[in-house]
Amino acid sequence: MKSILSRPLSLKSNEHLYCPGCGHGIIHRLVAEVIDELGVREKTIGIAPVGCAVFAYDYFNVDVTEAPHGRPPAVATGIKRVLPDRVVFTYQGDGDLAAIGTAETVHAANRGENITVIFVNNAIYGMTGGQMAPTTLLGQKTATTPAGRDLKRDGPPLKVCELLSQTQGAAYLERVAVNNPKNIIKAKKAIKKAFQNQINNKGFSLVEVLSMCPVNWAMTPNESIKWIDEVFLKTFPLGIYKDKQ
Amino acid sequence: MNKILLKGNIALCEGAIAAGCQAYFGYPITPQNEVPAHMSKRMTELGRVFLQAESELAAINMVLGAAGTGALAMTSSSSPGISLKQEGISYLVGCELPALIVNVQRGGPGLGNIAGSQGDYFQSTKGGGHGDYRMLVLAPSTVQEMYDFANMSFGLAFKYRNPVLILADGVVGQMMEPVTIVTSDQKPVTSKDQQQIAWALTGAKGRPPRFHRSLLMDDGALEKLNWKLNEKYNSIKKNEVRYESENIEDADIILVAFGIAARVAKVAARKAREQGIKAGLIRPITLWPFPEKVIADNAKPGRKFLVVEMNLGQMVEDVRLAVNGKCPVEFLGRPGGGLVNEQEVLQEIKTIAK
Repeated sequence: MKSILSRPLSLKSNEHLYCPGCGHGIIHRLVAEVIDELGVREKTIGIAPVGCAVFAYDYFNVDVTEAPHGRPPAVATGIKRVLPDRVVFTYQGDGDLAAIGTAETVHAANRGENITVIFVNNAIYGMTGGQMAPTTLLGQKTATTPAGRDLKRDGPPLKVCELLSQTQGAAYLERVAVNNPKNIIKAKKAIKKAFQNQINNKGFSLVEVLSMCPVNWAMTPNESIKWIDEVFLKTFPLGIYKDKQ
Repeated sequence: MNKILLKGNIALCEGAIAAGCQAYFGYPITPQNEVPAHMSKRMTELGRVFLQAESELAAINMVLGAAGTGALAMTSSSSPGISLKQEGISYLVGCELPALIVNVQRGGPGLGNIAGSQGDYFQSTKGGGHGDYRMLVLAPSTVQEMYDFANMSFGLAFKYRNPVLILADGVVGQMMEPVTIVTSDQKPVTSKDQQQIAWALTGAKGRPPRFHRSLLMDDGALEKLNWKLNEKYNSIKKNEVRYESENIEDADIILVAFGIAARVAKVAARKAREQGIKAGLIRPITLWPFPEKVIADNAKPGRKFLVVEMNLGQMVEDVRLAVNGKCPVEFLGRPGGGLVNEQEVLQEIKTIAK
């Protein structure tokens, strides 16, 4: 019998602790497939975030270190500077990357740090129980915006790809989503490019992945898939925000 | 042997370089600015890593990343900057990673001033960051020791897989003294050497993947790690206590002081002896592990201790613990960048001797 589909070698067989309908499982698989396809598993070092994906070392079959909340780009910088021929990636959520770690993100991008950043944006804090994220939409109800995010009180959602596109060092910035097969195929293409760029020494690459959080959005998995198309994408349009040739 | 005149902060850099320091990450703050400035030149010349981070937080986390790969990594700062680094220091300890952290202390609290101070004793020896942890803390009192301690700290950090802190102060950092440079044939660790380190993250080539984590959610797992770390701390306490003593055998008054304050105290104790008061000095070199045994062994009825510090009284608490009520422990100190002088100390010795 010919095997046409199997678990990527870069993904361990451990059971994921993610909630039903969460996008992390899909994104993990895409990252693992890309690492396999590029043949870099044995030279890759990942950085696990604080938040839902904190157990990345239990899921990715590569060397992984943890980092304090928001600091993965600094930790990645330390690794990459002493081992420039390794492939270094961070896997971060919206609180990690766009709130507490904004400075580390902006400066790693601005230095053109030759790393790959996978930025999972689900517009909410997942692990801590559904509080407002910097990317929470205006009017979106969360544990700390019970009446909906208010422009005057909370400010508008922070758009990371748009923000980082102003930095000289960012080589590649793309926003994708994983809410349907077509978008998932595009997301994989973007993730592959972000890793390929690093191998080609192009500098800082970030893929922002719009992802589902049905539990904290108080939706069914199907509703959350639709919500991305009907609501989320209006504030966070998909597309390439920078692609330095 | 090569003797040259160096500033404390520069001697520190050269000591670390001689030990094979591969990567320096830092952020400017007075009075340690000579360190990143000198490292930016020397590390680059040597083909090693220098990076000025965007903040102290970023710098210590760059160290966390570099240390995780088995590289000899270092950062330096001064008091308010060290406060910012505490998060990363706690993670380094939790992940059991070696690194050199240098605090050239200034006056505090808050932004304080840029004068030399010893106000960070508590922060350095009692944790500072969150969690139950310890770091080897070395207190240099000469420019030579800035060189020597930086030179030996990587060995200690790697031996115990724990960060080592050099607790200097603005005076030792800024003063110039002749330094004997040890010509060492030690070469910086290469990426190939790093691959030989059993715990280093270098990419899982030909071996199962490794990970560094301090998050242990399983029932009892974190307690287990803490007990394991405690064994390590006990072994450090057993093997690494360092101190200097002078004229304590027959002393009626034993001064205890560290760093630059110890040099002032030493002169005052010698002058007291010239004037007929039997005074001696114990200078803790490792502030943690604290040399409690030599103090306990010398605590006898009829004797007095005088602790001299450039703070409101921090190490004096450890001295009192070691003395354990066997004789009086007095304190003389000046906080906020005030430097005790030998006349003040001598006067205090005379007052106590009465």
